[in-house]
Amino acid sequence: MSNSNLTRRGLLKTSAVAGAGVALPTIFTASSAAAYTNEPTGSTVTLGFNVPQTGPYADEGADELRAYELAVEHLNGGGDGGMMNTFSSKALQGNGILGKKVEYVTGDTQTKSDAARASAKSMIEKDGAVMITGGSSSGVAVAVQALCQEAGVIFMAGLTHSNDTTGKDKRANGFRHFFNSYMSGAALAPVLKNAYGDDRKAYHLTADYNWGYTTEEAVRSSTEAMGWETVAAVKTPLTQTDFSSYIAPVLQSGADTLVLNHYGGNMVNSLTNAVQFGLRDKQVNGKDFQIIVPLYSRLMARGAGANVKGIFGSTNWHWSLTDEGSKAFVKSFGEKYGFPPSQAAHTTYVQTLLYADACERAGSFQPCAVVEALEDFEFDGLGNGKTLYRGDDHQCFKDVLVVKGKENPTSEFDLLEIVEVTPAEQVTYAPDHPQFQGGALGSCNDGA
Amino acid sequence: MMDAIILQVLNGLDKGSAYALIALGLTLIFGTLGVVNFAHGALFMIGAFCAVTLSRIITLSHEVVDESRTDFLGNPLKVDVPYVYDLFGQQTGETIIDWAVPLAILFAIPVMILIGVVMERGLIKHFYNRPHADQILVTFGLAIVLQEIIKYFYGANPIPTPAPEAFTGSFDFGAMLGMEANQIIYPYWRLVYFAFAALIIGAVFAFLQFTTFGMVVRAGMADRDTVGLLGINIDKRFTIMFGIAAAVAGLAGVMYAPINSPNYHMGMDFLVLSFVVVVVGGMGSLPGAVLAGFLLGILESFASMKEIIDLIPGINQIIIYLVAILILLTRPRGLMGRKGVMED
Amino acid sequence: MLGLNKKDTSLLILVAALALFAPFILNPFPVGSAMAQFNAGYPDLMQRFVIFGIFAIGFNILFGLTGYLSFGHAAFLGVGSYAAVWMFKLLSMNVVPAIILSVITAGLFALVIGYVSLRRSGIYFSILTLAFAQMTYALAYSVLTPITGGETGLQLALDDPRVLDGAATGDNIPVPGFFGMEMRGSSQLEIGDWAFTFSNGYYFCAIIMLLSFYLSIRIFRSPFGMMLRAIKSNQQRLYYTGLNARPYTLAAFVISGMYAGLAGGLMAAMDPLAGAERMFWTASGEVVLMTILGGVGTLIGPVLGAGLIKYMENILSKINSDILHGWFAFLPDGLEDLIVTLIYPFIGKGWHLTLGLMFMLVVIFLPGGLVEAGQRISRLFGRKKADDKSEKSTSTEPAE
Repeated sequence: MSNSNLTRRGLLKTSAVAGAGVALPTIFTASSAAAYTNEPTGSTVTLGFNVPQTGPYADEGADELRAYELAVEHLNGGGDGGMMNTFSSKALQGNGILGKKVEYVTGDTQTKSDAARASAKSMIEKDGAVMITGGSSSGVAVAVQALCQEAGVIFMAGLTHSNDTTGKDKRANGFRHFFNSYMSGAALAPVLKNAYGDDRKAYHLTADYNWGYTTEEAVRSSTEAMGWETVAAVKTPLTQTDFSSYIAPVLQSGADTLVLNHYGGNMVNSLTNAVQFGLRDKQVNGKDFQIIVPLYSRLMARGAGANVKGIFGSTNWHWSLTDEGSKAFVKSFGEKYGFPPSQAAHTTYVQTLLYADACERAGSFQPCAVVEALEDFEFDGLGNGKTLYRGDDHQCFKDVLVVKGKENPTSEFDLLEIVEVTPAEQVTYAPDHPQFQGGALGSCNDGA
Repeated sequence: MMDAIILQVLNGLDKGSAYALIALGLTLIFGTLGVVNFAHGALFMIGAFCAVTLSRIITLSHEVVDESRTDFLGNPLKVDVPYVYDLFGQQTGETIIDWAVPLAILFAIPVMILIGVVMERGLIKHFYNRPHADQILVTFGLAIVLQEIIKYFYGANPIPTPAPEAFTGSFDFGAMLGMEANQIIYPYWRLVYFAFAALIIGAVFAFLQFTTFGMVVRAGMADRDTVGLLGINIDKRFTIMFGIAAAVAGLAGVMYAPINSPNYHMGMDFLVLSFVVVVVGGMGSLPGAVLAGFLLGILESFASMKEIIDLIPGINQIIIYLVAILILLTRPRGLMGRKGVMED
Repeated sequence: MLGLNKKDTSLLILVAALALFAPFILNPFPVGSAMAQFNAGYPDLMQRFVIFGIFAIGFNILFGLTGYLSFGHAAFLGVGSYAAVWMFKLLSMNVVPAIILSVITAGLFALVIGYVSLRRSGIYFSILTLAFAQMTYALAYSVLTPITGGETGLQLALDDPRVLDGAATGDNIPVPGFFGMEMRGSSQLEIGDWAFTFSNGYYFCAIIMLLSFYLSIRIFRSPFGMMLRAIKSNQQRLYYTGLNARPYTLAAFVISGMYAGLAGGLMAAMDPLAGAERMFWTASGEVVLMTILGGVGTLIGPVLGAGLIKYMENILSKINSDILHGWFAFLPDGLEDLIVTLIYPFIGKGWHLTLGLMFMLVVIFLPGGLVEAGQRISRLFGRKKADDKSEKSTSTEPAE
């Protein structure tokens, strides 16, 4: 139907132009004298802080960024040194990393894997970052981790809770300090048993994407192991804002416990809706109806207001911990910004310190050397007690906090109280655990 | 099974109320001014933030140092004491704070009408004769600007805005019908929301149907030029209609705040769905918009039932769009659309 | 030349020159200078410029010529990316089969959606395309996770079969290439303080962009293009002359869907990951904005619009308060803080605000988009050049 007259001659000419284009780049010699991607040659080293600055997680991103700025300040010898003073490894001198002053670039992940990769690429290609860190969702973490593996830089994950990040999507250049779905389930189960008994009927509402699936699986298997019955598990769309039609049938099903495998805005809305429906005032099977939120975030809990009171969940870290490391961190963060740090801020601060320390111990920024220094590294004093960075999957193993919404908060930050600190042994699993199967770490990549 | 169906109809009515109110405002603007207003979701969002703002104003506080407690850094705790406590005493003060959301209705009406009128006079007016694509682009730009301004002042996280104490919790509708307890429960506030939506929708229709002003506006919607030739200043009336449409969206937002904590992007979340609702109802048809709002709300609720998801996985993700496609393919101009509107 | 008239030839040559010298043009500031922040000449962004340029060129064939406003075009881009990544996983890391399959898949997908959606016109058509795209997005994000990777996106893995490439290639996942030429490979040229990067991937995309640009000129100038424009200006009249418009619009829809698929395939070839967000309605909206911003119905406009939006997204969002303080450090402290406070809401995390303001300003003052801005500027500087341009604007009138 198109009558355009493409001639053979025309085509030949076009392909000639095309040929010239292909030949062009080879005129210049590739200058890959560097031993690895973005080897810092001057007196500074650049880190890339890739956090959500727009979109629903912008506030978490802002808190991560504050922690990064604080970490950079401490690494360069400014401020009071924060957790550098309590960290069990004493390699960091407060003179930057390996004597190079730490500089940083920031970017916006928009909580979309495409945008996050674009931002990370610009840090690697344009700004010469040797390490990328940050993020507030597992989709982004997995996408950026794969990119860093390809490009030959280190990725220190920020807030990412899905099993997949160090499970089927693990990469040799990527490291996760944050805990994961399995650990949440393992830590919550005993506490729930104590509080609610071993004869409960649970109804799961699960966000319909990867993180939701792994969290549901983890919580289900650990609660079923202690005798709970799972009545039903219903998947809810990520874009859902009003959960009434999912929550209303819960009572009809005869369940006496509701598990909300939701995060962020989903969690705020589903929890608010559930409380609105008066579920917590009900009695089913002769027991008080209960709600559980496997992954808590203080920033997000604020959005749910008084609805979180008395609701169990797990968290990676909380500012009310009283060990020396946490106290030092809360103090320097609080004095600088005027409010306590979130768990996202904590994990990103720690990740930056861990990376810097690994470089110091390895004596190089070379990714493979850093990977070697971090693998099976044991440390203490960073707020979670004794911690191991396991070499098999690059996941940190440490204590997990089980928390509960506080009944009488003294301020807008004081929303959660720690119920139990579950010791690391109890949440440790074998590297080939069924929930983490598939995928391979591969070997470290230096790039260049 | 009967109880589950009644339950989802109730839920659907409630979801439908929000869709219908937004779609009603969109259709008012489109019908009177011929403008496709992509900033309408933002008006809904601003309405919700009127509730947030009013509750912030009411709870304006001064700090009192409480020596007996400490804050997270170990300094003496500073406790905020709202000025209303000082003015009216603690008990009355607490009641006023408790009723912030209903009070915000009074606050939101003038604010939203003002925003609507300024928007129309300042921006939309210049786009009456421009292509629809330009209208979409400029109002979309405005929507982004509005939500970024809100984000700048209120942050990105949702802000809890609870309903008054008296409306928390739910009542047992099933027990009233003589069923077992806990079979059909329904929150009080959602009942209030539904009644409120019905009231507003009724008021808008009555206003258009039974007042001279409304008659002129309806005449203007049908044939703007002739009404102008009759010596009636139709522009001024249309500006007022824009203000009213903004107020309808805003009130929908105010009352929605306790259902879902407001955040800066809630407008965008609703925007696409409300457009689907408007188009399914038929461009320019007010009854169509309301009908489609309730229809899609109820269908969405049914699709989220476990039995149906088990039967067709993922149906809850796509139901609205699927229904929209089916309706548009069988009824070319939506449920009640007029011929020739927005078809070119 | 190439069957084009003089004006179009010079336009094509201009675009070719811009594409060829982009690494220089986009890197005007020396490395390490304060202005280096505004350099856009790094491979990833340059690739994005041309890939989204292709996407917008294709979209313009549908919207600019026929006036049908599709609000679901991102679905074709997404489907194209998935097809390409599956090709990498199953067949070979060579980009050629991947791109071919992505174009075909997107074309077939467009044929189905177009066949249904084109039964309606105007906003009813827009909502139909939107509905299809949103359904694709929602399903890809959730129930189709085994095929699409869901939230984390579809990725390559070490144990993918890659039938044509033979046995496993060490411990690292191989990278996409064009018969051995790695897409991520690049060479550097340093002249004084300036550094220019020439990326294989970029030039590969740029050549494909030029080919698609050429094809789009040919379509614009062909009898087929005339027919599409006739549909836009008055479909009724066309019916009365006994012509059925549907096959023409469907052809335009499929062609533009294939362009989107090509863009998606190229995205996957540059960066082998496909995520569902690519198909969300905001992504569809973005290409509409690119086209309108650049100038609907003009040849070069969509490419410019795509470049501008991607530039803002990637450059503006990376400016943080530290950098601002660096720029204005020469000012007295009070003034420095004041200026930084004034600018800060518009950059970094506030880049959306700037984007929104820009949309509004462009639409209010430049109804014809950036192309109109160019025309006005060249008219200001008068003389012969202005005539050329204004002539062009009459031959490619903006859409309604």
